[in-house]
Amino acid sequence: MKIYCTDMDGQTQELEATEEWSVMEIIREGGINMLAQCGGSCACATCHVYVDPAWKDKIPAPSEEELGMLDGAFEVTEDSRLACQIFFTKELDGLKVTLAAGSI
Amino acid sequence: MKTDVIIIGAGPAGLFSVFELGLYDMKCHVIDILDRPGGQCAELYPEKPIYDIPAVVSCTGAELIERLLEQGKPFSPSFHLGQMAQSLERTENGHWRITTDVGNVFEAPVVVIAAGGGSFVPKKLPLKDIERFEGSSLFYAVRKMEDFKGKKLVIAGGGDSALDWAINLQNIASHITLIHRRDEFRAAPDSVGKMRALVDEGKMDLKIGAITEIKGQDRQIEAVTIKPQTEDSYDLPCDHVLAFYGLTMKLGPVADFGVKFENGLIPVDTATFETDLAGVFAIGDINIYPGKMKLILSGFHEAALMAKKAFTYVHPDKRYRFQYTTSSSNLHDKLGN
Ligand SMILES: Cc1cc2nc3c(=O)[nH]c(=O)nc-3n(C[C@H](O)[C@H](O)[C@H](O)COP(=O)(O)OP(=O)(O)OC[C@H]3O[C@@H](n4cnc5c(N)ncnc54)[C@H](O)[C@@H]3O)c2cc1C
Ligand code: FES
Repeated sequence: MKIYCTDMDGQTQELEATEEWSVMEIIREGGINMLAQCGGSCACATCHVYVDPAWKDKIPAPSEEELGMLDGAFEVTEDSRLACQIFFTKELDGLKVTLAAGSI
Repeated sequence: MKTDVIIIGAGPAGLFSVFELGLYDMKCHVIDILDRPGGQCAELYPEKPIYDIPAVVSCTGAELIERLLEQGKPFSPSFHLGQMAQSLERTENGHWRITTDVGNVFEAPVVVIAAGGGSFVPKKLPLKDIERFEGSSLFYAVRKMEDFKGKKLVIAGGGDSALDWAINLQNIASHITLIHRRDEFRAAPDSVGKMRALVDEGKMDLKIGAITEIKGQDRQIEAVTIKPQTEDSYDLPCDHVLAFYGLTMKLGPVADFGVKFENGLIPVDTATFETDLAGVFAIGDINIYPGKMKLILSGFHEAALMAKKAFTYVHPDKRYRFQYTTSSSNLHDKLGN
């Protein structure tokens, strides 16, 4: 299973995805140096990504805590999510995300 | 100020060092840029439980720090908070000198770098050409309330800092506009209520949107551009901007101390946790060695081994004597038991 991650320069990489891992962990494991300062505890907003709108309905909506953390991120849009709060399942095979402000 | 050991960073590793060093008669001065001790535990997860502290089934980040402070108390450490350790130099007598950004100078034979993930500093707006405004019309903290007297002020953010300052500067600034990305606030309900009341009474403006540009002449801001989620952007004239987007960890001045770094971390000898500079140690999240795990547990172990070697610098004329806290009456005296 895969996810596709586009970096700030517009380069897209195909990354091996593991079930139950967060998208943040998958991105880091794939060799992309995402900041993710709090290690996935929804406490830093340095794992900010934009999720391809086509995938939005397949991902559970953000929690209050995640929305609150996103207040401390920049260039937040409707597609903004914290990658450490999206957990990979079979249904997300092929998921497309783009690294957002503050994540590198 | 002359002392035995200067500790940079009041996170769990720095705080436990106070205890380990104290057992062997070494007095510590602890420096941190945050205005309270605790590092990541206090700043990032004070209310979250930690489950992997040996023999402590569960305690929150804040509780862990409280206990570490209590444990270190018999050794009366001096805390120097709200200041950044800025430089490290060797003194004429072979000791080390640390200077902080508020001009405090410390000298000691031993320096412990327990700087964790780096110093906590405010997140800065990632906008082009705005550094020139910093400190004159763009601020990330309030140093003196007087700076905002009679100013048309924009405050950005939706947390406690943004709301507290919007309320507290209300009678000082000539006008305040609060800007937040959404019409919901993660702050103390009381502050949210006060802010809403001020907005309803027409004493303060609230705009929903993001700041996309800051305009001005030289170092003086003249307007911010605001982009609401769906409508078009517009300019809002103002004199000062105060931005509160939380804190982030940046390596900071430690990088220029002259200690050897590898990929942003300090390599150490795992027998002593000394760096490539004699008498300068690195413990906790800031160091790297084969098998390193960034855990509080690791920082504690590292502190104990560091103290043993530090002793040889602080008390060169004495012999290190290994003792258990359980049975040593000498240690009991020091602990006040
Ligand atoms: C959300 C979250 C959950 C975690 N959960 C666990 C867990 O369950 N178990 C576990 O073992 N670990 C956990 N950790 C990791 C743990 O918090 C860290 O390993 C630990 O805090 C590292 O301690 P430290 O003392 O090395 O550094 P830090 O806690 O990072 O403290 C370093 C301090 O140094 C200060 N500083 C740095 N440079 C300077 C300077 N130049 N001048 C002045 N001050 C400076 C900083 O401001 C900071 O306060 C978690 C971390 C996070 C973020
Ligand atoms: S890694 Fe910190 S919020 Fe996701």
